[in-house]
Amino acid sequence: MKFQPHISIQNLNVYYDDHLALKNITLDIPDKKITVIIGPSGCGKTTLLKSLNRLLEPVEEVKIQGKILVDGEDIYGPKVEVTRKKMGLLSQKPQVLPMSIYDNIAYGPRIHGIRNKKRLKKIVEHYLSVAGLWEEVKDRLHDPASRLSVGQQQRLCLARGLAVEPEIILGDEPTSALDPQSSQNVERRLMELKSEYTVILVTHILRQARRVADYIAFLYLGELVEHGPAEEIFQNPRDSRTRAYLTGEIS
Amino acid sequence: MKKRRKIEEKIFKALMIASTVVVIGSLLLIIGTIVFKSIPALSLSMITQTPKGGYYLGKEGGILNAIIGSLYLASGATLLSVLLSLPIVLYLNLYSRKTSAFASFTRFSLDVLWGIPSIVYGAFGFIIMIFLGLRASLLAGIITVSLLELPIMSRAMDEVMRLVPDALKDASSSLGATRLETALKIVVRQTLPGILTAVLIAFGRGIGDAASVIFTAGFTDRIPASLFQPAATLPLAIFYQLGTPFPEVQQRAYASAAVLTLIILLISLASRFLIKRYTRHMIK
Repeated sequence: MKFQPHISIQNLNVYYDDHLALKNITLDIPDKKITVIIGPSGCGKTTLLKSLNRLLEPVEEVKIQGKILVDGEDIYGPKVEVTRKKMGLLSQKPQVLPMSIYDNIAYGPRIHGIRNKKRLKKIVEHYLSVAGLWEEVKDRLHDPASRLSVGQQQRLCLARGLAVEPEIILGDEPTSALDPQSSQNVERRLMELKSEYTVILVTHILRQARRVADYIAFLYLGELVEHGPAEEIFQNPRDSRTRAYLTGEIS
Repeated sequence: MKKRRKIEEKIFKALMIASTVVVIGSLLLIIGTIVFKSIPALSLSMITQTPKGGYYLGKEGGILNAIIGSLYLASGATLLSVLLSLPIVLYLNLYSRKTSAFASFTRFSLDVLWGIPSIVYGAFGFIIMIFLGLRASLLAGIITVSLLELPIMSRAMDEVMRLVPDALKDASSSLGATRLETALKIVVRQTLPGILTAVLIAFGRGIGDAASVIFTAGFTDRIPASLFQPAATLPLAIFYQLGTPFPEVQQRAYASAAVLTLIILLISLASRFLIKRYTRHMIK
């Protein structure tokens, strides 16, 4: 599979104190595809994801070496807000902001300078629809977001992330706190969105990876063991550790 | 064995109930004493007039000077304290690193400041006043009381802000918000009830303190017309009236205490009401 790389990770090392959490990772992430990072717990999946939108830095003991290029530009430049705006994040537990449903979506655009009420209204409606939530909440946009169900909250977070017009969607096990139906709903949204966005998903659910992945990266104990198009990895894993993980010998 | 455990359970339950009764009992007893003792002296003129000549000998007048003085002083001090506390706690919780030695030193300093007796703040304020060439005045009182309130307010705010989950801050910053935007629009909003409570606890401390204002704000029978005039305060009014040998005036001291308690009670009630309104959007 030939692809256009969107993100290019080069020789990335991440240390927590003296512990090397990510070992010399080099990986190109394809544009407008769903890349799924798989691997057992504690293997560095979330660390890798968080280093992409620079959420690791506030943590004291972290040291980051190497380069991450998005569209050929190093993201570890001075403008951290610009980097983050390019990437929408879905966390494990949906984290709504302490405000109304409407304000949750409008928060990002407002920060980035959109004040016009009509425009904000349009943005809110548009992205709530994209996330498949509009019909459910259109009559109660000014209710607290915390009153939504967890599944709805996760879709609200998706809409909120999209409203700042990112190029990349990062999902850190975004369905792990959801019921099967809501999970399916979120998965379906992500499949739809890959026509316009680069999606990077961390998951420890292999079946989910099989359902959605175009490209797979397998991490094991901080090492990038194998990566490639999903079909190849699933049908023909080259490394014995990948095979062991896929067959359920290690998890 | 079984029997012993049952007895233990009973003893401890009795102890818990006893302690609770002591707490509620003391509150009721204090309020009861104040109300009972103040009934003979309570009158409208008490809260609408300033002391006339001979008030402290049992003649006409009221404690309006001290009511207004205390409200001015505590409000001013609380405002000043908020202006200092908010930046401190936002810095501690959003800007400094979790394991920062500077942050833990700041918290330690605030704890020490919290423990300093208010008379020491009074004496310290007095030295500063002399240094600046100020006389005992509302301004000097406000500055001193704000120092007294600062550690209480900051630590109370700090405790609620520490509970804000990192994921919430991450959610805001991953949308491209700066730290300041996250601080003011998300963290302050999420912790607003806690912030309000902190402000009111500090206000209560400030309005009830006598030792810090005795040298700095002075005492006067007049209502202060500017920041540079001395101001009377309720705790000192209680102190001076109780110190007279006249029973009528001593009763007035209890009436003043009733007024002070009522003010604090009203503020607590108002805060409950406000907190209810502001928790609507909070994430639990």
